[in-house]
Amino acid sequence: MNKMKKQPLCFQDLILTLQQYWADQGCVILQPHDLEVGAGTLHPATTLRSLGTKPWNTAYVQPCRRPADGRYGENPNRLQHYYQFQVLLKPSPDNLQELYLKSLAAIGIDMGLHDVRFVEDDWENPTVGAWGLGWEVWCDGMEISQFTYFQQVGGLEVNPVSGELTYGLERLATYVQGVDSIYDLAFNNDGVSYGDVFQENERQFSHFNFHHADTQMFTRWFADAEAQCNLLLEKNLPLPAYDFVLKASHAFNILDARGVVSATERASFIKRVRDLAKGCANAWVELEEAG
Amino acid sequence: MAELLLEIFSEEIPARMQVKAAANLGRLLSKSLNDAGFEFTDIQTFSGPRRLTLVIADLPEKSPDVTEERKGPRVGAPEQAMAGFLRGAGVTQEQCEQREDKKGKFWVAKLHKPGRSALDVLAEAIPQIMASFPWPKSMKWGSGNFRWVRPLHSIICLFDGKVVPFEVAGVQSGNQTSGHRIMGQGAFEVSSFADYQEQLEGAGHVLLDAADRKAKIAQQITEICQTEGLSLVEDEGLLDEVAGLAEWPVTLLGQMDKEFLDLPPEVITLSMAKHQKYFSVNNAKTGKLAPNFLVVANLDAPDGGKAIVSGNQRVLTARLADARHFWDTDRQQTLESRIDALRDVVFHQKLGSVYDKAMRVAALAEELAPLVGADPKLAKRAAMLAKADLTTQMVVEFTSLQGVMGRYYALADGEEKPVADAIADHYKPQGPTDQVPTDPVSIAVALADKLDTLVGFWAIDEKPTGSKDPYALRRAALGGIRLVLGNEVRLDISHIVKSHFLYEIDISGNGEDDGDGWGFGGRWRTFIEKGLSESGGGFGGGADEKDAFFAELADDYTANLLSFFHDRLKVHLRDSGIRHDLIDAVLTPDADDLVLIVDRVKALSEFLETSDGTQLLAGTKRAANIVKAEHKKTKQEISGEVDENLLTAPQEKALYAALQTASKQAAEAIKVEDYTAAMAALAPLRQPIDAFFDAVMVNDDDPAIRQNRLRLLSGIGEALAPVADFDKISG
Repeated sequence: MNKMKKQPLCFQDLILTLQQYWADQGCVILQPHDLEVGAGTLHPATTLRSLGTKPWNTAYVQPCRRPADGRYGENPNRLQHYYQFQVLLKPSPDNLQELYLKSLAAIGIDMGLHDVRFVEDDWENPTVGAWGLGWEVWCDGMEISQFTYFQQVGGLEVNPVSGELTYGLERLATYVQGVDSIYDLAFNNDGVSYGDVFQENERQFSHFNFHHADTQMFTRWFADAEAQCNLLLEKNLPLPAYDFVLKASHAFNILDARGVVSATERASFIKRVRDLAKGCANAWVELEEAG
Repeated sequence: MAELLLEIFSEEIPARMQVKAAANLGRLLSKSLNDAGFEFTDIQTFSGPRRLTLVIADLPEKSPDVTEERKGPRVGAPEQAMAGFLRGAGVTQEQCEQREDKKGKFWVAKLHKPGRSALDVLAEAIPQIMASFPWPKSMKWGSGNFRWVRPLHSIICLFDGKVVPFEVAGVQSGNQTSGHRIMGQGAFEVSSFADYQEQLEGAGHVLLDAADRKAKIAQQITEICQTEGLSLVEDEGLLDEVAGLAEWPVTLLGQMDKEFLDLPPEVITLSMAKHQKYFSVNNAKTGKLAPNFLVVANLDAPDGGKAIVSGNQRVLTARLADARHFWDTDRQQTLESRIDALRDVVFHQKLGSVYDKAMRVAALAEELAPLVGADPKLAKRAAMLAKADLTTQMVVEFTSLQGVMGRYYALADGEEKPVADAIADHYKPQGPTDQVPTDPVSIAVALADKLDTLVGFWAIDEKPTGSKDPYALRRAALGGIRLVLGNEVRLDISHIVKSHFLYEIDISGNGEDDGDGWGFGGRWRTFIEKGLSESGGGFGGGADEKDAFFAELADDYTANLLSFFHDRLKVHLRDSGIRHDLIDAVLTPDADDLVLIVDRVKALSEFLETSDGTQLLAGTKRAANIVKAEHKKTKQEISGEVDENLLTAPQEKALYAALQTASKQAAEAIKVEDYTAAMAALAPLRQPIDAFFDAVMVNDDDPAIRQNRLRLLSGIGEALAPVADFDKISG
């Protein structure tokens, strides 16, 4: 009998395995949306497609940017750019928890040895007027996924309800590989680490996010994106309009990281983005209903 | 009678909702069944991560038949009325009887309601209860419209071993459930509650009862602690929570990197409990935090939990590394330098920023300091720094460490120890069992903080009403009361409150709005003046008139707030076992020295336990009743001095003399605040009062004598009044 311990999955194999697993469940495997976003949820394949009545199953990797989380590549657990693996099943199937747990088994987590728990965590994203109920999934005390049944998106009640799974890939990988620092993750099986690929990126972008991002320019960009979005909504083109919601949202995140947004302005920025997102959601649903 | 077993099985129910949900299920189903005429006594409910279970051992198969009568129209009433009545009752006129009362004859319908089978009632009631179940938050899933806390998977409903058939959200009731997700053996059928529990807790690996899970965890913790020389840092709330997160709890001991032990222990304990739901442990010998933690897993793993522990250790290291980052960064800046940033933290829109609040508290703490034996400079310093930790990263992350972190940071800055301690203690006491600070500087700041809060919210008219107390003002008042009583602080509350209110009004001197509407200074004056001019009031006259107006306003607020303090004091004393009526007896509307009030009520309480006390009380009651009866008859107050010349009987002369002596002695004792002595001075009145009633008739033929005797009796209450209003004592 082969007693050799199976080698844990490298970062890219983790992604490939999840993709294959969810492809086998009938998901459309998409590629990342090609704009800066703060979370995998913001991909139009989730935000817009979770609205309306048409069934839709998808899975994809989404790079996420959270400028304020940058630590110059010096903190082993915090990044301003990282990957989420996102799954959306609409309507949520009855065996969603089971499907999820099997995906963990597929990436090598032995549920007979590890303590996997569903701990209450109600998710909300105020910038796109979305919320849902669900859990953080803990594996031996580490949060490895967010598991949510959407209830509202873009300020609209959803019907049917989508089940959304978000895997924090770097965390999950540190867990699977048993390393303490994200930068020590094996990216592939040929000696390339996550740090080799991204540490310098973290350093440079942290400087940019915190010190060199031109606040006047991003303020302008925010306003421009807002105006363009509103114009596109008038033309009843929610898909491109939604891209400008994302651009506005990212501009706001940069301004926030630069520390130039006061508490009251903050609320107002978020509301402006939410209003745009609601406009897109409404337009999308109306178009879909019109057939 | 037969057994009902109901199990509602779903995806993971939030731990904090489980126990309440099971109780609600029991309450609602009991009500439905009782309303339908079913009586039973043996009902139990259970809750866990994935299930709510209810069992009634003695549910009747059928509700009893009921006959009820319904009163109809008068005999001879218009036909339409009769027809309507018959239709409503579902009977024919032949089935009705005539009855007669004072007003004449009327019709009565006899309605026979046959009992219903429990099976039918349950099949109807359970789906209804589930459809409107009071979850704090509920959700839809899939394509359905039903709401439950999380998606519903199965329902067991057995009555007398048979399935009660119904459907909820597409789930058909049956006799199947599942055990533990990993350690259980899939779905299984059950035939009764005993069978259900046995299979669930056997092969199913699910402990049904939250109490059993808690007991198991507690026992495992005790065993580990004994073996390892550790002692648990108790956390009942955490125990409840982890018992709701595991169907089969297994407690494991983990190691924490020793290098983190130089973090404040509160930080480590809170970080563990809040983020990771771990218990902390102390070294049993030293009583200091040990480099360990206890995690409650939901799995009995074949490797003894080694993999689980190692994973949890890594997570904790990352968590504590974060905490260390906050700790190190926060200490790079002094607390003092953070005070300015409090201008951006809103305390209350109408009461300004936390900076404003800190400055007000500082002024008040400085004023209170001499009254509590504190150095005014230290009290002021502590109050100014007390809120500064709100802008530290650690407190932003862990709000409940406010104050505690301020103390650590103050010590790191080289602030004096009483100042640092006061920063930590100034929020105390928080609840009725929280410790009361005893250091003078802490007392001054804690009291100033609470009084300022109360005065402020009173000034903007945000008083607690009914069950609504969003700013926890009752707690603030109770905290103030406990600070005063616990430290015997002699405080003229009215004076302090009034002067603080006027200080607030006058602080800017000119009542100018400083730009943002609620900046520091003159805010309240502006607020009040604005309110007046909007309501059509306002001032015609000059500054003097305004000052007079504000002084009057301050008096109103003060009286109102003092009466709020009295109410809270009553509740507090009642909770510590002092009779309500005794408090009323010593409490006058302007009594504002809480320590004296309590001394008096205690002396009174002790006095009334002696036979002198009870007899005196009986005598005074008798006297008061006679005076009251007279008052009722004549509608005239018994007033005026006793005329010594009209005293004839030796017993009334004796009573008069005794009253003179007693009230004089009592008054002297009260002057030196010796209430026990005041009571003792009253004790000798018992005998002459009794003797008076034995020998003297109040109703003398001579109206002058009679009136004089009434005055004498009335004088008893007056003599006692400085000590207590005996009339308010129930006896």
